[in-house]
Amino acid sequence: MTAFWRVVWIVVRKDLAIEARSRELLNTTVFFALSCVIIFAVSFVREKPLGDAAAGILWVAIAFAGTLALGRTFERERYGDTLRALLLAPSDRPAIYVGKLIGILSLLAATEIVLVPLVALLFQAGLFSHPLLMGALLIFGTIGFASVGTLFAAMLARARSRDVLLPILLYPVTIPVMIAGVKGTSALLDATPQLQMAGMWILLLVCFDVVFLTLSLWTFDPLMTE
Amino acid sequence: MRKAFVPLLGAAGFIFLTAPIIIARAPFESTMGLVQKIFYFHMPPAMLMLLSAIFCGLVSGAYLVTRRPVLDWTASAAAELTVLYGSIALVTGPLWARKAWGVWWQWDARLTMSLLMWMIFVAYLLLRRYGGNGSETLAAGLALFGMATSPFVYLSVNLWRTVHPLTSVVPTLPVDFAFPLWYAFTGFLLMYLALMTLRVTLERQRAALDQLFLESDE
Repeated sequence: MTAFWRVVWIVVRKDLAIEARSRELLNTTVFFALSCVIIFAVSFVREKPLGDAAAGILWVAIAFAGTLALGRTFERERYGDTLRALLLAPSDRPAIYVGKLIGILSLLAATEIVLVPLVALLFQAGLFSHPLLMGALLIFGTIGFASVGTLFAAMLARARSRDVLLPILLYPVTIPVMIAGVKGTSALLDATPQLQMAGMWILLLVCFDVVFLTLSLWTFDPLMTE
Repeated sequence: MRKAFVPLLGAAGFIFLTAPIIIARAPFESTMGLVQKIFYFHMPPAMLMLLSAIFCGLVSGAYLVTRRPVLDWTASAAAELTVLYGSIALVTGPLWARKAWGVWWQWDARLTMSLLMWMIFVAYLLLRRYGGNGSETLAAGLALFGMATSPFVYLSVNLWRTVHPLTSVVPTLPVDFAFPLWYAFTGFLLMYLALMTLRVTLERQRAALDQLFLESDE
């Protein structure tokens, strides 16, 4: 088990070190998420923001920015021809997956730290009135999205027309996660916040996370074999 | 497997020829009247879509472990049939909903999850076609995720309050309604098996042809 987590740590540290030098992914992902929110703001805000549109906009921005980041992470590995080296390393394949997943999760967390206050500000949404529940929704929603996303982006890294295939495969599978995230968030944004409802959606997100993580850990090894 | 195709097709054809008579003779449902008869052509393909998705996922899982080509052919045939039967269910459903609920489409749990499942298997076919070398392995992974959504499709109606009829309706149907339903179901099932054998045979012959081509090249 310690060997497993050592590999995870090495992969995470490698990705964070590359990212710390160039800041390519962080800068582009955050700016892309901002552009998404601005487009939505232009389309949906008239005199005052439309109902609970903020919930949907937040999650769509996370999904779009996440897809971009996922594609880029593995494009970088492919470009440097390091994906094969990574897979040839004498270590557990699932450890590499977990390392990559943690890298993507920290990137998305950094994006969300900018994104959530911005959406709250532009759409006058009370996203901070229940910080714990909102935090749980964001954490479990992001894990659900990124767990499938990391697997699909990794397996598509060698496929033809991977840029277009990643969103095509990823969105149908992760829409249930998006639905739970959006419904949970809008339950919190309601005039009379429905905390129990939000709790139910968080529970559902945890179920999705368990199913998706288990499947991803199990299929990563056979899917990455040439 | 190939020998089974003609009898299966014949039996399915016989059922599809006689099913309209049996459905026409079935009693009218008291509140929905004639429209309710769409049920006999909606529920069997919808149920077979769900079963086919589970079947595709299981076969794909087995393929990932054993790497036997026949499992891959079966999985791809099952994915195509999932899309075909899903399309039938997604066309007949709105026709019925327009009369029964007054709207073509309702974003409730069952409808949304069925649409998503159909989309996952369309994505599967796109991946196989445009993914290039090795896409059959990747598609097998996607099929497993497609299978993972199936319990949510089945349970969604019972867990969430929705307008879609509950799954408990089917076992409690009176025999006058149940007979035409299971008659149509058998027809759709036989057609499924017939198309499946045809598709697997086609893939087998394609692989054999590729093999011969490679041998003649050497």
